[in-house]
Amino acid sequence: MKDTPLSNCERDFLLKAIEEKKRLDGRQTYDYRNIKITFGTDYGCCFVDLGKTRVMAQVSCELVAPKETRPNEGILFFNIELSPMASPAFEPGRQSELSVKLNRQLERCFRNSKCIDTESLCVVSGEKVWQIRVDVHTLNHDGNLMDAASIAAITALCHFRRPDVSIQGEEITVVSAQHSTVCLIYCTSNLDPCEREERVMDGLLMIAMNKHREICSIQSSGGIMLLKEQVLRCSKIASVKVSEITELISKALENDKKARKAGERCGFAESMPQERITALKMDETPVEMKNVTEKAEDIVKKYEAPPQSVPSPLVPAPGVGQVGQGQQNSWGLEEEDGESEEEEEMVVEDQPKNKLDQGECCK
Amino acid sequence: MTHFYTKCFLIEQPDHFMIKIRVSNWQTVCKSTDISLREFGCEQNLLSRPDGSASFIQGDTSVLAGMYGPAEVKVSKEIYDRATLEVLIQPKVGLPSVRERSQEQCVRETCEASLLSFLHPRSSLTLILQVVHNDGSLLSCLLNAACMALMDAGLPMSCLFCGVTCAINSDGQIITDPTVAQEKESRAILTFAIDSTDHKVLMSSTQGSFSVYELQQCIAVCQKASEKIFLFYRDSVQRRYSKTL
Repeated sequence: MKDTPLSNCERDFLLKAIEEKKRLDGRQTYDYRNIKITFGTDYGCCFVDLGKTRVMAQVSCELVAPKETRPNEGILFFNIELSPMASPAFEPGRQSELSVKLNRQLERCFRNSKCIDTESLCVVSGEKVWQIRVDVHTLNHDGNLMDAASIAAITALCHFRRPDVSIQGEEITVVSAQHSTVCLIYCTSNLDPCEREERVMDGLLMIAMNKHREICSIQSSGGIMLLKEQVLRCSKIASVKVSEITELISKALENDKKARKAGERCGFAESMPQERITALKMDETPVEMKNVTEKAEDIVKKYEAPPQSVPSPLVPAPGVGQVGQGQQNSWGLEEEDGESEEEEEMVVEDQPKNKLDQGECCK
Repeated sequence: MTHFYTKCFLIEQPDHFMIKIRVSNWQTVCKSTDISLREFGCEQNLLSRPDGSASFIQGDTSVLAGMYGPAEVKVSKEIYDRATLEVLIQPKVGLPSVRERSQEQCVRETCEASLLSFLHPRSSLTLILQVVHNDGSLLSCLLNAACMALMDAGLPMSCLFCGVTCAINSDGQIITDPTVAQEKESRAILTFAIDSTDHKVLMSSTQGSFSVYELQQCIAVCQKASEKIFLFYRDSVQRRYSKTL
C-alpha cells in the first residue's frame, strides 16, 4: 500500500517553522516526547510509547550450538519487524531499506557496546550456549522508530529472566545487562523528530550513549555537513537525555518488580486505561446453558442418517473394479457423435477412479 | 485434523431404533455445566496511523489489530467488483509460519463473509493482527479483535461476528474459552465464528477428535456464549459514543 505523499506546502511550512525554532506539536527544539514503558505478562515483554510511536519488544532464549569462531560466547540476535500495522508504507515482505538500516543500527549499538556479557551465556563451552533473541515489533510509526526500538530492546533485556540450566536442576537468574545503552536521534537541528519532521529532514545524526557518558556509537547519514561545535553540543544534550531515559527505565523496572512481588496481575490487560471512553472491561461471566442439550439433540435428530449402504463393487475383469454405473450425459449437447465419444471417455476415466474407490473400501 | 466418530450405520435396522441407541449414549457422554467466559477487555482507536485499530483481551490472551482501508490496491491483486481483503498475523516470536497462514485464512474467510466488499471495488483492505500474549483461545481472540478493528475503521458490514473457542476434555466436559493449560489437557479444541444476526456459524476450525453430537453441543454452547460477546460489543460502542462516561 502506498503512503500519502508529502505535499510541497506542508514541506515548506515545516522547514520554515524549524528555521524559526517552532515545532508542529509545540515542543522546544531539544524536547523529547512523553515516554511510557509498560510490561507484559511474561518476563521479557515490554511496550514503549514514545509520543504516539508504539513499539513492542519480546526476548526469548534457546539453547544452541555456539559459533565456531567463538565457542565460549552466547549469541545475541536482534530482529526489528516493520509491521505493516505501523505504517501503510511498510510492506509485509521484508528487506526494505529502512528495515535493514534499523536492524544494522540496533545490532551495532548493542553488540559492539558489549552491554550484555556474552560469556555469561555459555553453558557448555563449544557445545551449548544460550541464544538470546530480541524481536521488536513496530506497532505505530509516528517518527523516531530507532529510539523507541532501542529503549524497548534494552528494557526487555533488563526485564528478561533467563532460566539457568545446570546439569542437576534449574534456577532463575537475571540476564546481566552491564549498562543500559540508549540511542538518541537528532535530525538536522531537532531532537526526536515526529513522522512529518522525519520526512522533511535532510540528514540524521544518531548518537548511542550509555549512562556512564560513554558514546557507544555515532552515525551520521544523509550527507549533511556538521560543524565540530554542533556535534559536541549534540553529544552534551545526549548525555543529559540519556541519563533521564535510563532513570525512567530503571523506575519502570522497579515498579514492575514490586507489583510482581506483591502478587498483582501484570500485563497488557492491567495496563489498559480504564477511564478512557474507548476502553471497556467485562468480568468473568457465566453463560446460561438451559436449552443446549435439547437443542443439540433436536439438530442431530432432524438430519437423516448418512446412506445406509454403499453400492458393492463389481469386478468386470481381473484387476479392474467398478462401483456404480456411469450415468447418462446430462450436459445437453446435441451432437450424437460428441455424446458417444464423451461416454466412452467417461467410462474409461471411471475405471481408474473406481480402482481408487475400491482401494479405499478395502482399507 | 478432525476425525468424526460415527456409530456404525451399515447395520440394516429401522431408523427409529438407531436413534434410540444414540439417545442413551448421548446423555452419559456430554455434560455441560459451569460454562463461563474469562474476563474481557477492549480498547478501540489506540493507534494513530491505522484507519481502525483495536486491542482485545480475553483473560491473559491479548491481540492488537490494525486496519487500513479502503486504499489503493496493486494491479496484480485487484478484483474488478470487490475489495481485496488481506489478513496478516504476526506472531510474537519469530517469523510468520504455516500456522499463522492457516489462522489468516480462517480470519479472512470470516471477514469476507460479513464485509460488504461490493461497495469498494478495486480497493484493498488490509487487516494486521499482532499476537501480544497467547494464553489459550487465540483464534477466537484474533476474530474478536478483527471485528472490533473493522468496526473502528467504519467499514460497511452486513453483520458482526465473534469468535468462541471451546475445548472438550477427557471426561467429555465442555469448557469455553480455555487457557493454554486447559487446551493441553483436552482431547478436542473447536473454534467457531458466529454471526450476530442469525447466530449461525460462519467459520469453524477444529482440532482433535469428537463425535457428531459433541460437535452440535459445542456449536450450541458457542452460540449461547456469543450472545454475551455481542452484548459486550454493543456496550463498548455505546460507551464510546455516549455523552457521559
